[in-house]
Amino acid sequence: MASLTVTDEQVRATKSKVIQPAWVRVMHWINALAMILMILSGWQIYNASPLFDFRFPREYTLGGWLGGGLLWHFAAMWLLMINGLAYLVTGFATGRFRKKLLPITPAGVLHDVRAALTFKLGHDDLTVYNYVQRLLYAGIIVVGVLIVLSGLGMWKPVQLYYLVMLFGDYPTARYVHFFCMAAICAFLVIHVLLALLVPKSLRAMIIGR
Amino acid sequence: MAKRPFLIPGVDKRLLIKDSIKTMPDVTRRRFIAGGASLGALTLLTGCDVVDSSSAEEMLKSVSKFNDAVQAFIFNPDALAPTFPESAITKPFPFNAYYDLDDAPDISAADWKLEVRGLVDNKKSWTLDELHKLPQVTQITRHICVEGWSAIGSWTGTPLRDFLKLIGADTRAKYVWFQCADKDGYNSPLDMRSALHPQTQMTFKYANEILPRAYGFPMKIRVPTKLGFKNPKYVVSMEVTNDYKGGYWEDQGYNSFSGS
Repeated sequence: MASLTVTDEQVRATKSKVIQPAWVRVMHWINALAMILMILSGWQIYNASPLFDFRFPREYTLGGWLGGGLLWHFAAMWLLMINGLAYLVTGFATGRFRKKLLPITPAGVLHDVRAALTFKLGHDDLTVYNYVQRLLYAGIIVVGVLIVLSGLGMWKPVQLYYLVMLFGDYPTARYVHFFCMAAICAFLVIHVLLALLVPKSLRAMIIGR
Repeated sequence: MAKRPFLIPGVDKRLLIKDSIKTMPDVTRRRFIAGGASLGALTLLTGCDVVDSSSAEEMLKSVSKFNDAVQAFIFNPDALAPTFPESAITKPFPFNAYYDLDDAPDISAADWKLEVRGLVDNKKSWTLDELHKLPQVTQITRHICVEGWSAIGSWTGTPLRDFLKLIGADTRAKYVWFQCADKDGYNSPLDMRSALHPQTQMTFKYANEILPRAYGFPMKIRVPTKLGFKNPKYVVSMEVTNDYKGGYWEDQGYNSFSGS
């Protein structure tokens, strides 16, 4: 009997410790897949007419040639857009964005950046994001919205000309699209590195606890 | 355009790549679409043979068709492409093809005739002089290439819909199919709705001068609501048809609608 009671308490205790709810985990990994497909096929498309004096190595592109890259890009975009929209709606509706990402104060960010650079930034409570995390996670959501808007504008510059106008003109939308991709790649590198440094955060994103 | 055109002096990188892609046998090229040769794809989808098989290709093709249907449903096919002031024109306007300018068709106006075929009342061929006498309008619009680059140009010519009316074309037909004088026989189908779009033009002049060889002398079809490869140059015939006859790039995997 006694042992049963203990088990119940354990169950309750572990339940309350859920760090990442299921919807966050599912959408996170769908987004990870969609982003990688979009980036690799996007590099293929970039290579057809580079904006800068370099091309992405062929081994890291998807689709084999421009036509294939475009097919992948315009297929994976559905995954990215639908999942991204669902994430935004759920994030706002459940109050997760407000609870997890706000407030973001300059003083808080400065303090935590300094702490991070001197390796004093703790991750004892994974349910609370520090200011650096808040800034990066909120920032990458904004970048995600920008890359989709600039991408849609480039895809349909006649039908969605107002999206193109939002960025100035078509060539500017291309640069915005590119730099958003660069920001996402930079985020990805830091994000993965930190997840590996704090493995329990990776575990939380897989099994929730 | 911030790019270095030369890898080897005298050889244009882009043309070189395009040429080498063209030398691939069709099957290889199509298999590439499925991403079979891409390390990125392999790493990503290891253990999942979807990427290696033709099922990936079929999946991508059906998504592409699905995209066409979504576009047809949510977009207005008569939406006008933005127009620009003369000051916005890109100078020089780029020459672009899968061959060098030296290999571009060199057509003599005297020998050239526009052949008209298919579902039309009057199948008479048109000389350039006859075509030049038709009412013309000018548009300054942005040409957007499937590769991503774009350029603003000034095109003058006869709205295609006026010409189709003049020859008694059956505008309920599905396509107007253009054939061109480019080497290897360029051709491209245009859906009827786009052919009847007010800005779709049989172009005879660029920047108020007779169309130079680089831009498609003697006649180009300017469709500002479509990507550049759906804007055929050096046109020699048009056919009004219900059959999908394919196109030079369309057959290689570019989406045939490719509307912007």
